[in-house]
Order: sequence, then C-alpha cells, then structure tokens
Amino acid sequence: MSGHAEHKETQGGYEPKIMAFVCNWCTYAGADLAGTSRMEYRPNVRIIKLPCTGRIDPLFIIKAFENGADGVLVSGCHPGDCHYTTGNYHARRRWIGFKNLMEFVGIDMRRLHFSWVSASEAIKWVDLINNVTDEIKKLGPFMDYKGLKEAAPAE
Amino acid sequence: MPRIGVFVCQCGNNIAATVDTKKVASDMGKLLGVVYTCDYKFMCSSPGQEMLKQAIKENNLDGVIVSACSPHMHEKTFRKASEAAGLNPYQCEITNIREQCSWVHHDKTRAVGTLKSNDLTRMTIERLKRNKPLQKIKIPVKKRALVIGGGIAGIQAALDIAEGGREVILVEKEPSIGGNMARLSETFPTMDCSQCILTPKMVEVELNENIKLYTYSEIEKVDGYIGNFTVQIRRKSKYVDEERCTGCGECIEKCPFKVESQFELGLAKRKVIYTPFPQSVPNVPVIDAPNCTKIQKDKCGVCAVVCGPKCIDFKMEDKVVTEEVGAIVVATGYTLMPNERFGAYGYGKIKDVISGMQFERLASSSGPTGGEIRRPSDGKVPESVVFIQCVGSRDEKCGVSYCSKICCMYTAKHTMLYSHKVHGGQSYVFYMDIRSGGKRYEEFVRRAIEHDNAMYLRGRVSRVYEKDGKVIVQGADTLSGSQVEIEADMVVLATAIVSREGADTVAQKLGIGYDKYKFYNEYHPKLKPVETVTAGIYLAGTCMGPMDIPESVAQGSAAAAKVMALFSADEMAREPITALVNKVTCNACWDCLTACPYSAIEREAVKNRQGEVVRWLAKVNDGLCQGCGVCVAACRSKSIDLKGYTDEQVFAAINAF
Repeated sequence: MSGHAEHKETQGGYEPKIMAFVCNWCTYAGADLAGTSRMEYRPNVRIIKLPCTGRIDPLFIIKAFENGADGVLVSGCHPGDCHYTTGNYHARRRWIGFKNLMEFVGIDMRRLHFSWVSASEAIKWVDLINNVTDEIKKLGPFMDYKGLKEAAPAE
Repeated sequence: MPRIGVFVCQCGNNIAATVDTKKVASDMGKLLGVVYTCDYKFMCSSPGQEMLKQAIKENNLDGVIVSACSPHMHEKTFRKASEAAGLNPYQCEITNIREQCSWVHHDKTRAVGTLKSNDLTRMTIERLKRNKPLQKIKIPVKKRALVIGGGIAGIQAALDIAEGGREVILVEKEPSIGGNMARLSETFPTMDCSQCILTPKMVEVELNENIKLYTYSEIEKVDGYIGNFTVQIRRKSKYVDEERCTGCGECIEKCPFKVESQFELGLAKRKVIYTPFPQSVPNVPVIDAPNCTKIQKDKCGVCAVVCGPKCIDFKMEDKVVTEEVGAIVVATGYTLMPNERFGAYGYGKIKDVISGMQFERLASSSGPTGGEIRRPSDGKVPESVVFIQCVGSRDEKCGVSYCSKICCMYTAKHTMLYSHKVHGGQSYVFYMDIRSGGKRYEEFVRRAIEHDNAMYLRGRVSRVYEKDGKVIVQGADTLSGSQVEIEADMVVLATAIVSREGADTVAQKLGIGYDKYKFYNEYHPKLKPVETVTAGIYLAGTCMGPMDIPESVAQGSAAAAKVMALFSADEMAREPITALVNKVTCNACWDCLTACPYSAIEREAVKNRQGEVVRWLAKVNDGLCQGCGVCVAACRSKSIDLKGYTDEQVFAAINAF
C-alpha cells in the first residue's frame, strides 16, 4: 500500500479530502456531464464508482474515514429513477438505519452527505461538491478515525 | 507479484493543460506492482491502441490502467485492445482524469490536477490488483417468441417475427384477435375502413405456419429469464372443439338465447354461443357459460343437436399449456374509462349519451345499424350531435392527468362521418385544445371544420339533461365569452383511454414495471422505447399509454426487430458483472432473496448421499442477475459478492485514498 496522500497545505489553510461513493448510471454520468460542460468545482473529491448506491456497504464509509477522509458523500439516482428499479430505495433505507449507528460510533453526521444527482444534473453536482467541501473545511480535519488506523496493531 | 502497466493519456491538450501527465506516469511507476508506465497524446487513436497492445505483450503485463476520459467513453475500446493482446478484458481498468479532473479543475499550474490524477490512478491500481479475470456469460437462446395480446400491435409483432422465420405464440384473451381496432369504423386521417385494413392481417396470422394462435386464453405464470422463459397459458374452455369446428355458424343461428354484446358495447345483442364479430379469427364460436342454460341448468342443448361435425362439448374444461420461449412481447392494449364516472354528462341515465367507441359502432357498416347513424333511444337519425372532448382525460378529479392523445383526431373524424352520413346534420364539438400533431393530422381537423361544417366551441360542458326527447347541453364558449345551450339529439363523449383491468397483475407475473395509471414502463422513454427493465421482455402499443394506430404498428414492428436481433445468435453474451455466493459461509437467511429486484436469487438444496436435504444455500441465476449489488450490501454474513465490484476491490480503492 502506498499510503494516503498528505493533506495539501495551501496558503488558504487546510484542504479536506472527501470520498464520494456514486452510482454508475446517474451521479457518475452527472459528474461526467459537469466535465463535458467544462464547469469548475473544488478538487477535494475522489470518486469511487459502484453499479448502484444499493451496493454501498456502510463499512465502506467507516473505512473511508479511517483512511483519511474528512467527509464522505453518497449519491445516486433520484427515487423512482434507479437503473435497477429499487436499488436506491435500499440505500436510503439502509442509510436511515445506519445513521444512528454512525453517530453512535462517533462519526459527526455533518461529515456525511447523501444526495440524489441525476445524469443531467451537472449543476447540482457542482453545487453539491462546493457546498460539501466548504462545510467540511469549516469543520476542520477529522482526526478521530484517522487515529484509529495508526493505533491498530500491525497485520 | 502483479505486472501492471499504466497509460496516461494527454488527450491532446484536454488533459495535459491541467495535469502533468508525465509526472503522473512517473509517480505511478514507483508503486509496487507497476512495471510499465507511459504517457501519450491520444491513447484512443490507432497508434495509441497499438502501443497498449505492444506494451502488454512486451512487458508481459497482467493488468493495465488507462488514465484518460470517462469509462463511459472508451472503456470498451481499451478492453477490446487488451483482449486483442491476449489479456483478459476485465483486467483493463480506466481512471477518469478528464471529465472528473482536468476539465473541472482549471488550475494552470497543474498542481491540483496532477495531485488528483495521482490519487485517482493509485486507487484504480490498488483496485486492479484485486481484479479477477472474468468471462462473458453465455446464455443459450430459445428462438421462439410469445406475443401477449392480439390487437393491432400484437398482430404486427407476431407477423414480423413469423415472417423472419421464427415461431410465435400469440395469446389473446378474447375469442377473436383484432382488439379495439376491429371495432372502429374508419380511421383518421386517411378515412380507410378499419376492418378493410385489419382483417387481411388477421387472416394472415391464421394462415401463417409459424404462428400458433391461442385465443380465449390468458397468461397464468411466467418463469425464467431472457432467452429461456417458461410460460403457462390458461386456455379457457370454449365448449367447442376448435379442431373440428368448420365455422358454419349453424349453432349461432339456432341458439334461442340473446344477451348484450360486449363487442357492440351494449348497442346490440348477441347469442349465447357466439363469435364476437362476423370476421372473427379464428372463426370458431364460444359458449358464454354463465348465460348458457345447458351448462347452468342442463336445459336446451340445441347447438349440440344442430352441429354437423359434433364439436360441441358441454363438459369441456380449461386447459393449462406450457410453452418455452426466448422472448416476450407484451401488447395488451387499453380500455376506456367507464362512462358511469361522468354523472354530469348523463351517461347511463340518458340513453342518447354514448361514448366515442359506441359512435364507432354506429358508424361502422358492420355495426348494429349497418352504418346508419341512429340514436339508441328511438332509432331516430339525429339532426344535431354534440361531441364533448377530454371526458376524463386531463382531469385530476377523474384521476387522469394525461392527454388521451387520439380523441381530438377521432372526434374530428366523427364529425366528418356524421356529416357524410346525415346530410344537413349539425355537429358541435366542445374542446379544451386541439392536439393534432402528426402527419396530415392538422389538415384533417381543418377539413372537419371547413368542409364538414363542424362547429368547434372552446369550453367545457357543465350539464347535460333530457327535455322533450332532446338532450340539452349547457356549456361555455370561452372564445366568445358566452354561455351556450344546445338542443341536441345525441351526445358523444370522448372518454379517457385507461389501462386494462388487471394490467398490474399481468405486469407482476412478467416482472415488468408500471406507472400509477398501470401503463407499462419502457426501459427508457426515448432511447429504449419498446424494451422493459426485464431483459427479453418487450412492449408494443397502448399498454404503455395512449397512442394511435400508426404508432402501435410501429412499436409492434420495433419490438419484433428487437426479438429478431436477440434470436440472431444461438447464444447471447452478457457482461459478467453478477453476484456470486460463497457456499461455505451462506447460512440461508434469505436477506438477499428479499432484497433482489430481479428475483435472481434461488434456493438451492444441498443433499446428502441419501438424497435428504441437509442445508439450503442462496444461488444466483446469472441469466436474471443484473449486477446491482443490492444483495451484497444486504448479506449479513458477507457471503455474497459482486464480480467486478468485490468488497476486496472497493476496500483496496478506499485504502489507497
């Protein structure tokens, strides 16, 4: 493992790292459209593409925090528009269930965002990334979970 | 140790303007397992692809990363190139550093873009290290099709598939094929007689050796998946042996009992043993069992006595037949909103208030009046007729917010037919808007107004009541801003097109989606208009929503073309992104089974040598699985994984973040 990149310290202060789990059909395509339209947004997000938000295991989110994410974003098709008919409903239901659990394990819910971005909503995607980045920047680095990884016994 | 090659594309200046591709390539070269890196102006060009192929061969690579545009653009290109170089295509992964990096971060110093490209590429490399070679799934295809619904859309689909040389099973609920089109008099905008253009097609269906026709039959159960459906069809008892019946009609002639004809929409009566209309296909009568005294009370039996070939059997029972097909076309059609809903318009109370479809029967030369326009109450030729459009349609109160699409056109046609048949008769049309989009449609409506003297009044009707043998219609003419009252002899309502009763049950049997009006959902409203989300099941005609005959026919043909494309190969290849169960750890909790939107999870019994079931396991049907991964996240024991997006791969990418 190469280890995660250092936080980019700039003159403006710290730059948060955000991990986004997005579905292949709506949000990934929406993010592509933002590119094709040459829009500009904050560079802090790293996307992991999955077939559907229904594929997202809550452990992915915890792992992302553990590996240095200051914020996590989950985004998929709008309710009713899922490529797989009902995958996003599963994601939403799971989200409701795990929200409390996430809070219980000490994750500040302001660092976790859930959204629906369709393949045509490039502007929504841009606004989402900008807003989430700004909000997480205000919260500062998320040290609680990063510390966990270092403290864990070596495998 | 993996041997990975990383190819960073400059995309001319599209990537290189904000990403230092050389630096990305050299940084990636320092990572464990990466043995070859380079950057190039256009990776997707022929020289770029050649370079990729050559590098795979020369460096004996077992995985490649192309950091370039979105995988939605060129993933296929590079996987194909990799395959040509002897690599498993699923060992090629794309990092999106154009749409999601260089194009959205405009930092000219290239620091931001380079850092992000490095991160994204590194995550893909770690993911790729956990990739497993995958093989495309091959599914054998049974080259027979099932068409549900024998209206014009279903007939067209069945004929096209049959003419392509494939066997078709056409299932129709009614005793004859023909559907709603068989009821129509003339058709807009050409005014050709509906039966004249439809009945030859119906006969073609009967004569075509590739078509097996099941009338008076319904779908009982559908199992299986694309290429391999097993369908159970209930063949309702006709009480007449189809094989032996010659269609002489003697039984109909002699049957002493008459009931209301559904085909004539209550405008005429039919015998208890009947064919819906004279040109029925097949020309075999059926006995209406609930109304038959022989079947109910064991009295009469005249039909059996007069039947020459002795083909009447009062003890005949329903039969369920099983057919195996590779594709299904659903063309179940529409019905009209029950007119009883429109109390204000007097339907049901006033005999001379009829629906547009009933007017079709009055105007039809094979209809109850032989094509003369005579009102139902006293048979008088009406001197004035009021047509009311948008009855139910575009009316939230009736629960229908959509436009029924064909009513503007058929009402214009009705006014024409009326003026041709009743010289000097005056027609009035109350309308909201006139929607006449279509080839030669607007001209048609103008003709009704200008040549056939139809009086179009823009406004709604508030009340319809009877007075001295007349039907009084009160309404508003919003263009002149006045209230109008018309003494008419007859009123025709253009009632809303709605889905068939039981459309939802059929959809559930097939596993296809439907909207709140129970119209079936196409896969994509523009780009996949005749496909459903369930692979191998196609749609045609008004089961999807209101449409006219040309559209229904076009869709029938389109669905047939899709079926023929599927049947063009013996096997179909599918992306191998499907779920896989770990048999060792699965404890059969069935969470995956309830979560799966495609019913792709099956229960597999594990038996011992004595043949006793010792445990149960979840099993994924590769034919049905679409690879969404919902089951993977639902599994509590982590016993199910998604090929191409395994937990290991995703965690590796997260760890490299």
